[in-house]
Amino acid sequence: MLRSSGSGSGRLQFCQKAITMADTPIDNAAKATPPGVARKIRGLSDRAIAWIFVGPTIFLLLAINIFPLIWTINLSFTNFKANRPNRDVEYIGFRNYERILTDSDIWLTMQATAHFLFWTIFFQVLIGFTLAWLINRKFKGNDLWTTIIVLPMMLSPAVVGNFWTFLYQPQIGLFNYIVTFFTGADPSSFEMLGSVSLAPWSIVIVDTWMWTPFVMLICLAGLRSIPDYIYEAAAIDRASKLRQFFTITVPMVLPFLMLAVLFRGIENFKMFDLVVQLTGGGPGSVTEVTSINLKREAFEKWRTGYASAYAIILFVTVFGLASIYVKALNKVKER
Amino acid sequence: MKLTKYLAATAMTSVVGLAASVAQADDLTLCWAAWDPANALVELSKEFEAQSGHNMNFEFIPWPNFADRMQNELNSGGKLCDLLIGDSQWIGGGAENGHYVKLNDFFDAENISMDDFAPATVYAYSTWPKGTPNYYALPAMGDANGWFYRKDWFARDDIKAAFKEATGRDLAEPTTQKELLETAQFFQGREIDGQTVYGAAIFTERGSEGITMGVTSALYPWGFKYENTPGSYDMEGAVNSPEAVEALEFYKEFYKTATPPGYTNSYMGESLDAFKSGQVAMAMNWFAFFPGLYADPATGGDKIDFFVNPPQNNAGSTLGGQGISVIAYSDKQAAALDYIKWFANPDVQAKWWSLGGYSAHNSVLNDPGFVDSQPFAGDFLVAMDGVQDFWQEPAYAELLLAMQKRMHDYIVADQGTAKEALDKLIEDWTEVFEDEGKL
Amino acid sequence: MSGYSITEPSNRQKWVAGTLVILYAVITMIPLAWISITGFKSPADSISYPPKVIFEPSLEGYVNLFTTRTRVSKEDLETLPPPANFAEEIVRERGMVIVGPSKFGERFLNSVIIGFGSTFLSIVLGTLAAYAFSRFRIPLADDLLFFILSTRMMPPIAVAIPIFLMYRKLGLSDTHLGMILLYTAVNISLAVWLLKGFIDEIPREYEEAALIDGYTRFQAFYKVVLPQAATGIASTAIFCLIFAWNEYAFAVLLTSGTAQTAPPFIPTIIGIGGLDWPAVAAGATIFLLPVMVFTILLRKHLLRGITFGAVRK
Repeated sequence: MLRSSGSGSGRLQFCQKAITMADTPIDNAAKATPPGVARKIRGLSDRAIAWIFVGPTIFLLLAINIFPLIWTINLSFTNFKANRPNRDVEYIGFRNYERILTDSDIWLTMQATAHFLFWTIFFQVLIGFTLAWLINRKFKGNDLWTTIIVLPMMLSPAVVGNFWTFLYQPQIGLFNYIVTFFTGADPSSFEMLGSVSLAPWSIVIVDTWMWTPFVMLICLAGLRSIPDYIYEAAAIDRASKLRQFFTITVPMVLPFLMLAVLFRGIENFKMFDLVVQLTGGGPGSVTEVTSINLKREAFEKWRTGYASAYAIILFVTVFGLASIYVKALNKVKER
Repeated sequence: MKLTKYLAATAMTSVVGLAASVAQADDLTLCWAAWDPANALVELSKEFEAQSGHNMNFEFIPWPNFADRMQNELNSGGKLCDLLIGDSQWIGGGAENGHYVKLNDFFDAENISMDDFAPATVYAYSTWPKGTPNYYALPAMGDANGWFYRKDWFARDDIKAAFKEATGRDLAEPTTQKELLETAQFFQGREIDGQTVYGAAIFTERGSEGITMGVTSALYPWGFKYENTPGSYDMEGAVNSPEAVEALEFYKEFYKTATPPGYTNSYMGESLDAFKSGQVAMAMNWFAFFPGLYADPATGGDKIDFFVNPPQNNAGSTLGGQGISVIAYSDKQAAALDYIKWFANPDVQAKWWSLGGYSAHNSVLNDPGFVDSQPFAGDFLVAMDGVQDFWQEPAYAELLLAMQKRMHDYIVADQGTAKEALDKLIEDWTEVFEDEGKL
Repeated sequence: MSGYSITEPSNRQKWVAGTLVILYAVITMIPLAWISITGFKSPADSISYPPKVIFEPSLEGYVNLFTTRTRVSKEDLETLPPPANFAEEIVRERGMVIVGPSKFGERFLNSVIIGFGSTFLSIVLGTLAAYAFSRFRIPLADDLLFFILSTRMMPPIAVAIPIFLMYRKLGLSDTHLGMILLYTAVNISLAVWLLKGFIDEIPREYEEAALIDGYTRFQAFYKVVLPQAATGIASTAIFCLIFAWNEYAFAVLLTSGTAQTAPPFIPTIIGIGGLDWPAVAAGATIFLLPVMVFTILLRKHLLRGITFGAVRK
């Protein structure tokens, strides 16, 4: 499902700020009150409470997030194979990293992932923003229809992918039927999932179907945060609607849009469930995105050390890209 | 429970237990793939339950997920399965990683002789290293890749006439691979009973093992070998021999010109679907499905017949089949061995065949009535005479994955030439063997 | 002078916007509607061409979903006693008999157990931790939380590698406890972050007042803050539940039977000798329905959580 990310110490604050744009008076009051100072009153001291409250969470995170990460880093320097636990394990330095970075097949995988990322974000932003703008016209019953549009993003991507294979069947599937209904072509003349050229698009279509509502919601929040008086002032200044759109709406929604793009980008970089069910990475390796490639290395070939290095490389890549992106996002916010 | 009642209950149970002459009634779990023979095994095992007092549970996993799930299970030391009817290719890993219990002592103690089973099956399903008398499984299910077809269409005069006109020979079961292609191409796009039909359904599945099993049905008849000298891992010249290239190009042509649209990822289920829905004239699939197909009123009887994978330069069929093993992580190994002892009994083996399972026991296969017992029985014997299996190394999964990728890339995704695909395959496999220390 | 303000869209604009949005909503619903009706088709109808919109409904998909069957020969079929219920009737028509329940019920139950279990744990631990982060100065809080959030940038497969090995050693493979712990750990950083936002909004004055009145810090938390944070907790809980409910990658890698949830199971619903689309559709429908119902009923809470507080009605 959804993840979020900040990047860097004060940037966590930024993320929260980016979203809580308007401060109500109560917010101001709450912020004005100084944080609790450790003082001994009846019952446990504040310090004790703090540690008891935070302790279990920190412990769980250390055990299941941090410790495994360190283990993975360690593994990435070995030639360990999980299906041969009895074999001697050697430390081989950076050889795994070398092999990964020089493997041409891995670059093809990155290409497939990049194609997927670009087009899904492109369409989701385009359609999502349009929808948000339309919904913001506040027609009657927009609440109901909004809820319906939001439904697909709540569903399990694995189950969704699975039933979309049914929809995409060339001869018995609804998708081909509808397309040929409008274009008059023969349903068997093209197949979405099996053809080298169309398979990536079949995934883009399903992902867009699922996640456009997410972008829409965030854009909607952005649109709603623009106070009416700004538009009124512009109208008084006799600015045209088009000018208003480009000088007011777009800049004020841009930070929200960029945030949505960040979340979607990170999510789709990790995309696994949907693609595995729809195409399994095929035909050939045309839609083999990085997650699927990683799964093959780690859990089918059992090259655990190699896969660990792969995982670390991916992590560093995403981390790096996200950091750069958030810096840019910060700049946009400050404008 | 009051103490006296408890004691009484215990006394009763032990009396009953003695009467059943079994020390302890265990719950055994047998893991296999979810397909027709598995249901037959459930039926067969009722006899075991009655005889031994043990309770049989079954965990059947559909084929596309079977290898993944079971490898995961075995590699995590799972206790889900006490008995596993594992694919023949898993035997290397099962033996070397300590997943399977070595059965030699058990066989000796219970007088179970491997000579009672067809040699090809013992070699393929039980031994590791290959051909040595170290047994890790009892041959449970003999299987090979074969073909079935619409006998009713082949019997129609209009179709026969059209075929004679188009090809100059009579419509009959193909006797060579090239005849097979020709026949399939004849049916491709033909209108029969108002419906467009296609030539044949073949294996093209990417995820587990489908396309490899399909392609080898073409490779083996052309004379494909994995190594020039068995055991030396010298693949150059064997894997990418001119015959292999020819066979690979053949399979691609088959895929492109004689199969229904949309079958880019098809394996057992899709092949059966295509045949049952009347889309294809012929289909490739494992002998294991033939009893079910023949018995099904919708597809069987006079509407169906079977033929062995046709030879080209030599006879060759892709080996399937499994042996039954005891999992080393199980807590109920004694009961599991009981099951194996019961299963090895010639009477049980005969009943296994009658229910639809392919017994590997000589008493069943050599029985004079065997060939006539089912229309595919004779074909099965011929197939088993010329079977070849994929690598059975502990690293088989990596080898299989490499072949899956290269084959699918070339055949379905149109990347590169046949020779390039095979060359790249040798590279992949060399890397694996180097990692393993075999090269 | 016209009756509406300058920024209010004209009636015509509203009408056009409304039509377009409704059109999109209808198109969005088509795949879901198709899957639910496929669940009620017979296997032959489901693969018919052209796709049938009008058909004779049948419960065969659902029966196949919940039962395991085996084929019997015609003679045996005739010697059996008459079918006991409608399910048996349907199955007999295909020449098969019901042998027992399928695994779907168990898997669905696992989804419920693991989903609610991990949600409960996430909320309990998360609310406590969020309160502490909100009210007290914890050293390195921001950096810590941030770093943990960033591990969620890794694909689940990557995280699963060491977890797989760890669970193998600890015997947590394929256990409910193992999955609950894992999902909790994955959810908790986000839960803490969300809940901290909600708790931050509750003015400290209420607690201060309670403390002055003689309550202990814990009582202040329990009696004053918690009730006020209830809606925020509900939002976060739903979010956590939906994640655990829908999760696939970890489930498919770390479970095989006992603790397997529905998402890895549903794609493996294959009929005997072929693909049983009505059964798969039935399984998908049953699995997706609770989430859809939740979404519609609790949309206000949900939307806030999903967009990290961006949407506040």
